[in-house]
Amino acid sequence: MQNLASFPNPFNGIIPAEKEEFVNDLTTLNLGPTHPATHGVFQNILQMDGEKIISGVSTIGYIHRAFEKIAEHRPFYQITPLTDRLNYCSSPINNMGWHMTVEKLLGVTVPKRAEYIRVIAMELARIADHLICNSILGVDSGAFTGFLYVFQEREKIYDIYEEICGSRLTTNMGRVGGMERDLSDVAIVKLKKFLKEFPPVFKEFEALFNRNRIFMDRVIDVGVLSKEMAMDYGFTGPNLRAAGIDYDVRVMNPYSSYEDFQFDIPIGENGDTYDRFMVRNEEIWQSLRIIQQALDNLPEGPYHADAPHYYLPEKQDVYTKMEALIYHFKIVMGEIDAPVGEVYHAVEGGNGELGYYLISDGGRAPARLHFRRPCFIFYQAYTEMAKGMLLSDAILVLSSMNVIAGELDA
Amino acid sequence: MPFSNEKILQFIQENIGGEPVSVSEPFDFLTVELNPDQLLPLVGALKSHPQFQFTFMTDLCGLHIPEQEGKELGVVYMFHSWSSNTKIRLKVFVPVANPVVPSMTAHFNSANWMERETYDFYGIIFDGHPNLKRILNVDDMDYFPLRKEYPLEDQIRQDKVDSMFGR
Repeated sequence: MQNLASFPNPFNGIIPAEKEEFVNDLTTLNLGPTHPATHGVFQNILQMDGEKIISGVSTIGYIHRAFEKIAEHRPFYQITPLTDRLNYCSSPINNMGWHMTVEKLLGVTVPKRAEYIRVIAMELARIADHLICNSILGVDSGAFTGFLYVFQEREKIYDIYEEICGSRLTTNMGRVGGMERDLSDVAIVKLKKFLKEFPPVFKEFEALFNRNRIFMDRVIDVGVLSKEMAMDYGFTGPNLRAAGIDYDVRVMNPYSSYEDFQFDIPIGENGDTYDRFMVRNEEIWQSLRIIQQALDNLPEGPYHADAPHYYLPEKQDVYTKMEALIYHFKIVMGEIDAPVGEVYHAVEGGNGELGYYLISDGGRAPARLHFRRPCFIFYQAYTEMAKGMLLSDAILVLSSMNVIAGELDA
Repeated sequence: MPFSNEKILQFIQENIGGEPVSVSEPFDFLTVELNPDQLLPLVGALKSHPQFQFTFMTDLCGLHIPEQEGKELGVVYMFHSWSSNTKIRLKVFVPVANPVVPSMTAHFNSANWMERETYDFYGIIFDGHPNLKRILNVDDMDYFPLRKEYPLEDQIRQDKVDSMFGR
C-alpha cells in the first residue's frame, strides 16, 4: 500500500468525501496504455479500493496522427487512405462515407450499381467490425473458442475485399464517383460462398454465448447505460441502440440506396453489456439480409459516375486518347479545383454515426475537414460508467463499447 | 417529418430578439451564425422546446479563417432532433486575440472532450469548461497546430511546393 500523499496525486479533490478517511488505503492503478486486456492504446489511471474502481481518468492521444491537419494539404482522392486508418476494423465504411461527402459537394450522382456494390462492401465491413468486437468480448470474459471460430470467417471477408479492391485491412476502396472496378465474377462467387457458409458458423458462435450461463452472469447488468446518459454523452450506433433508442443513420437519413432494402434495427432494453453484445449479433444477421438483397437485385449498368474531372479514366484510354491523358494528369497531380461549399455527411459506421464535415474554399484541398468520430465522443463516458465497478467488469465494458484506438485519436 | 428551416429560423429570431449575424442554407442544412453571448440561452431553448427537441449534439469543431478580420476563430455546433429528424448548425466567431466562447458542457456532457480537442487544435478558450486542457497533443506543446499559420510541410524544401495543392 503506497502513501498517496508522498507524490503528486492526479485525483486531488475528486475522491468522494466518504472515502477521504481511507485515502491511504486506495491504490492507483495504471491500466494501459499497452495493457493486453484493453485491445488498443488506451490509458486509464484508476483509483481502486481493493477490486473496486472509485474514480478514473482517461488519457488518450497516444496514436494521434493529425489527420485533420494533413487533410488540409491533400487533394480529395488522397484523403481516402487517411480515412482507412480511423476505424481500421471497418475501413470500407469510412472510405465510402468520404466518397459520398465529396460527391455531395461536387453534385455527382452515382449510378445504382455502384451504390449497391458500396452497400455490399459496407455491410461486409459492419459484419467484420461486429465480429471482432463480440469475439473479443468473449476472450475478455474467458471464452477463447468463439474468437477463433469467427476469425476464420473474418478472413473470408478480407478475401472478398481483396477481390473488390486489391487490399485487405486498409482498403482504400472505391473512388470519388463510384467504384474503381466492377464487381468481378470471382468476387460474386466468394460472396455467395460466404453467404452460404457464414450463417452456420455464426449460429455456432451464438450457441456458445447467447444462453451460456457463465457468460450471462458475467455480462448481464454490467455497465448499464441509461437512455438519458447515452444521449447526453453523444452515444451513437449499437451502443445507443442497446440502450433502447432506435437511431440508425441508414434508416433516418438513408444514403447509397439504403432505402431499397428491407432490414430491421435491433434495439436493447437495459443498455448493459449483454444488450450491446446481442444488438451486434442481430445486426450481423441484418447485414447478411442486406447483402443477400443487394446481390439478388444488383442492377446492370456502369459502376461509376460520368465525372471526368474527378474519376480517373481507363488506363488504356490514357495511352491512346488526349483528353483522358489530360484528365489523368490533372487528377493525379491534384490540380482540380473543388467548388466552394460546406457539407456534412454522415454514415452509420461500425460503432456509430461517422460524420465528415467538409468546408471547401474553392481550392484543391479542403479548407477544413473534421471527422465526427463516434468513439472519440462516447469514450469520455467510460470512466463515468466504470465508477463503482469491479476491475474485471470494467474491462468487459470497454470491450463491449467497441472503442477503436485509431478512430479515438485520429 | 423534419421541421422547415423557416420555422426554426423564426424561433431563433424570436429567441435572440432580432436577426442573427448571418444565415445560410448550404445543402439545405440551416446554418446560423450567432454572437457568443446568444449561444447558451438559445441552445437551452432549442433543447427544451416541446416540439423541436434538439436533445442530441452531433458535433462540435473549430475553424480558423485568417482572412476574417476580428472573427478569425470559430466554433461550429451541430444539433440533431431525433424526434423529427431535423438538423441545425450554429456558428460563433471570436477574435484570435481574445478567443473566449461559453462552454457547451452546461447543456451536453458530450461537449467535454470535443471542446478540449478544439482548445488543443485552435486555442479557443471555453469559458466554464470543467477541465480545459490538451487532449490529443502533449501537455507542454506551446502552439495550436490546426491554425493556418502552422504549415505542414517543411518550407525549406524546394521539390514540394504547397501552391501546387491550392494553398
